Amino acid sequence: MAKDQLMDYQKALETYEVVIGLEVHVELNTNTKMFCGCANVFGDEPNTNVCPNCLGFPGAMPAVNGKAIENSIKIGLALDCEIAATGRFARKNYFYPDLAKNFQTSQYDEPIAFEGKIDIEVPSGKVFTVEIERAHMEEDAGKLTHVGGSTGRIQGAEFSLVDFNRAGVPLVEIVTKPIYGAGDEAPELAAAYVRSIREIVKNLGVSDARMERGNVRCDANVSIRPKGQEKLGTRTETKNVNSLRSIERAVKYEIQRQAQLLSQGTAIIQETRHWHEDRGATSSGRPKSDADDYRYFPEPDLVPVQPSKEWIEQLRATLPEKPAIRRKRLQELWGFSDLEFRDVVNSDLLDEIDDTVKAGAKPQAARKWWTGEVARIANSEDKDITELAITPSQVAQIAELVESGKLTDRLAREVLTGVLAGEGDPAEIVAKRGLEVVSDDGALLEAIDKVLAEQPEVLEKIREGKVQAAGAVIGAVMKAMAGSADAARVRELVIQRATEK
Amino acid sequence: MSEITPELVRHLAGLARIEVTDAEVAQFASQLALIVDSVATVKAAVNDDIKATSHPIPMANVFREDVVRPSLTQAEALSGAAESESGRFKVSAILDAD
Repeated sequence: MAKDQLMDYQKALETYEVVIGLEVHVELNTNTKMFCGCANVFGDEPNTNVCPNCLGFPGAMPAVNGKAIENSIKIGLALDCEIAATGRFARKNYFYPDLAKNFQTSQYDEPIAFEGKIDIEVPSGKVFTVEIERAHMEEDAGKLTHVGGSTGRIQGAEFSLVDFNRAGVPLVEIVTKPIYGAGDEAPELAAAYVRSIREIVKNLGVSDARMERGNVRCDANVSIRPKGQEKLGTRTETKNVNSLRSIERAVKYEIQRQAQLLSQGTAIIQETRHWHEDRGATSSGRPKSDADDYRYFPEPDLVPVQPSKEWIEQLRATLPEKPAIRRKRLQELWGFSDLEFRDVVNSDLLDEIDDTVKAGAKPQAARKWWTGEVARIANSEDKDITELAITPSQVAQIAELVESGKLTDRLAREVLTGVLAGEGDPAEIVAKRGLEVVSDDGALLEAIDKVLAEQPEVLEKIREGKVQAAGAVIGAVMKAMAGSADAARVRELVIQRATEK
Repeated sequence: MSEITPELVRHLAGLARIEVTDAEVAQFASQLALIVDSVATVKAAVNDDIKATSHPIPMANVFREDVVRPSLTQAEALSGAAESESGRFKVSAILDAD
């Protein structure tokens, strides 16, 4: 595949203004699908959560999941949207094997929520208000696996296999208005926006919000125009951007690619592009026009949705605090510096640390473990931190063991390794691996006496008041105890012992 | 009379992956034309004062409880498939990764 030429990022931004638009699909975590009673579960055997409805059999009748409506309204309210007094479902007709009905039941001109806004803070600390155009309800499509060809991608595939377990799972699609003025921070803003949406739906409890499972998916629209030009540039829509890092990279890539083309006098083609994480590039998909004809029409098998004012207000009263407010509260509560707190937010560890603190850990200890050792391991294994087999409660237990002096930092790291290896909870691992700090002074004194006897010259120096000489003894004792001693306690005992003798 | 040509019917049948005979093409063409004409008749009667109706009975908010009901078994689900493999429906590759 021909490699795109990219303009230097800073140079691109000197000449062009960037406009982005984001479409985020959120899969709801209801028990059942949107229009039938099949289970909404990730990872089951293929085609075991299907029925005549989600398989598109003739005569099957859809029935709306009330919980999904409730959750959609909550999302709309959390995004400061108006909730439609009356809304309908519509059929979006298309022929593609990921939906057996040959149409997707969606919403067209009457979305359940519209005209919202959300404040997004980017890593530099600047805050942008992103306007929400609409949030509408629809159903997810089935999962296609392309077989044959060289790459497992659709190009060159010989046939495709379809699993309809996901077909009909409730989705809410959140669409922003065009976002202007983010400048060189447009990529970070896109990622921070998706992070906030993920945080909102997770805190609302309406989605599992796991990007690696496709619970939250983002399509990024990017266009650029020469500075000062009023007319918007031609946009591309990049799909398949399913991690926060990819969103940032994909937006940046498109800016650089489009800038290079425009500077050469080549027109941008309005098209769908696909993001390839492996080579950090987008590639051309199909041309897309605003006039794509999906022959939308109102779904005749479903009646309108007309949420009462009382119902909406009742749901509004259940909303958790907004991300920006929650962040402010947590930072004050935890006493983190701006830098520490931003680091936590940008590492996506806010929820983990919140849960760890709730499980009894001190905020700074929780922060230290998550942003330090746990993040380091995730990084070295090239994994998302949430993929690691450790819970906030386990981190809290480790922190508590260190706090109470039962573990040294070094031993605690070993316990952490054990937890990640699935050996059980920290206390079990301490017992199993015999890791507890030797807090028995008798055993320590025995070791100290032995070392002091071997190093009489050091003993002499300590007696003369040269306390720093004790370091050599402490080191030898720690070594003799195989590290399972608290160095501070050893130091106390060494000095006490030396001056006694 | 609307222009529903035999070619259009064959094209639609192809998209829907339904095999049709020449006799059926002729039959469907006249039936589809009748439907399209009927819609045109209704359309002619509508002016701006008349609101679009998607449902004949004025009712709203018919919801289902979020309770799981039994699904088909995998074997049942695949029993009508022309081809299947590894518990999935097998379909021709379509070049459009959208």
